[in-house]
Amino acid sequence: MKVTDKDVAYVADLANLELTQEERTGMLRDLNSILEYVDRLNELDTSNVAPMAQVSDRYGVDETKQGSERFAYASREDILEGLRKSLPHEVALANAPDPDEEFFRVPKVIER
Amino acid sequence: MDLKSLTIDGARSAVQDRKTTALELAEAHYAHIQKEDGQIGAFLTLSKERALEQADRIDRMAAEGKTLPPLGGVPVGIKDVMSTRGLRTTAGSKILEKYIPPYDCTAVARMEAAGAMVLGKMNCDEFAMGSSNENSAYHPVRNPRDLGRVPGGSSGGSAAAVAADMAVVALGSDTGGSIRQPASFCGVVGLMPTYGRVSRYGLIAFASSLDHIGPLAKTVKDAAVVLRTIAGRDPMDATSADLPVPDYVAELDKPVRGMKLGVAKEYFGEGLDDEVRQAVERAIDKLQGLGCEIVPVSLPHTPYAIPTYYLIATAEASANLARYDGVRYGHRARGVKTLSEMYRRSRDEGFGAEVKRRIMLGTYALSAGYYDAYYLKAQKVRTLLTRDFDEAFRKVDAIVTPTSPTAAFRLGEKSNDPLAMYLADIYTVTADLAGIPGISVPCGETKEKLPIGLQILGKHFDEAGILRVAHAYEQAS
Repeated sequence: MKVTDKDVAYVADLANLELTQEERTGMLRDLNSILEYVDRLNELDTSNVAPMAQVSDRYGVDETKQGSERFAYASREDILEGLRKSLPHEVALANAPDPDEEFFRVPKVIER
Repeated sequence: MDLKSLTIDGARSAVQDRKTTALELAEAHYAHIQKEDGQIGAFLTLSKERALEQADRIDRMAAEGKTLPPLGGVPVGIKDVMSTRGLRTTAGSKILEKYIPPYDCTAVARMEAAGAMVLGKMNCDEFAMGSSNENSAYHPVRNPRDLGRVPGGSSGGSAAAVAADMAVVALGSDTGGSIRQPASFCGVVGLMPTYGRVSRYGLIAFASSLDHIGPLAKTVKDAAVVLRTIAGRDPMDATSADLPVPDYVAELDKPVRGMKLGVAKEYFGEGLDDEVRQAVERAIDKLQGLGCEIVPVSLPHTPYAIPTYYLIATAEASANLARYDGVRYGHRARGVKTLSEMYRRSRDEGFGAEVKRRIMLGTYALSAGYYDAYYLKAQKVRTLLTRDFDEAFRKVDAIVTPTSPTAAFRLGEKSNDPLAMYLADIYTVTADLAGIPGISVPCGETKEKLPIGLQILGKHFDEAGILRVAHAYEQAS
């Protein structure tokens, strides 16, 4: 067993999930079974292999440049109200579960 | 109006030549949906008002004798992971049950600008996470060819609707096989373009480095028409490629004689159903008969594709789905006292079991102490998998494989075993990881009359090549 009850609780906390006791038991079983399966990746020596984060690393990139300069093809100058105007206030609030006229309302953040 | 086998050209030219109207076409589809979809469950939301407005626009053009745009009067379905302005978009999740997007997905906007009538939003696995459509928070989709079986997933609603003639074509999304596998299960054509070929703007994110939008259609030609419509640079998606879009339709009839097609033994190993193997081998023979040269290739890292995929996809998903917090949109739990409790309970109530499982796995793979062992390791193996294809494509123009190891399985057959379900994507996840295009085209049936799919994988941005092979095979079979 790689993952313990304590790990499940810790990861659920990181993921902002509560999970019922029943869900935690199932999660413990499933995560262990999946992680056992993915362990086969350790059969491969990847010590000299570069990680691949994005397919778009593979085209348009200027290999002679460093850092974000390499992705110059995908960038543009900032334009005020550029590609699209910001959503009007009332449209941005339209899907909110608990808006007032101006803001998204949430439960009290600071305890006192 | 006979909807069976109605294609884009069939629909458009009938409207253009005033043999029917776009309005009649839309109404005929809605009547058919009314009759059939109760037992199939392909639609989550119908958008009749929107479709009829478009029908009116198209009918006025036809009446004035104007040439209709390429999808003029064509009834389409849109997978419910693509945002539609003013039209409910749920991603198959309870957490977005009442969500009305304030903007349109670029691919949808391009379809409508080309004259398509959006009939409604198609059922799918929650946040596109699944291979059977049983993870929809609303209801499963049933395979029109056998109602006891799944349509595949996650674009199960899109595939089933096209298979059952409830839409002429549909848009789906593919992160690990979610267009090609349901296309295979339902007996239709499904195309996943190269990563970056089609803008992802407005697609509800699952795994951003793997998500693709593409068509499900009755014919290869229809898939080509849709791709031509939706492909091309979009300034709203920085990963969309700034490359010219070929006329995929014009390219279809170029000869396939002399093309080199790779066959990799790794796609014909343990777990492949015998009937599927035989059908795919017959299809390869047929392609050889059409003048293609069959060349053995090796993709040695294939057995590592599923573990690589499930680490990368879940890691990206755990980050993407962090936005569902009950603040700006989506479900919020009632009666909560603190902000933290609101986040947790909203997500607990809003997400289904598979989504939670993937968020947990992805969060674990990214967490301190495990990042190098899981996420980084998977990214490195992704490089190896991609190199396999680079190697193979030095020798061949395309690679032919089965789309899925089996035909459609029964509802409930794999729903209690996540790992068994993940293995349904064993032949499709590799293309998502490498970012190459792939198409599934029907290649026969099992004894139980279940469709089988032939997958054709191509080089980056060579959709024209795989469409041509698929078209030649389709015309010959």
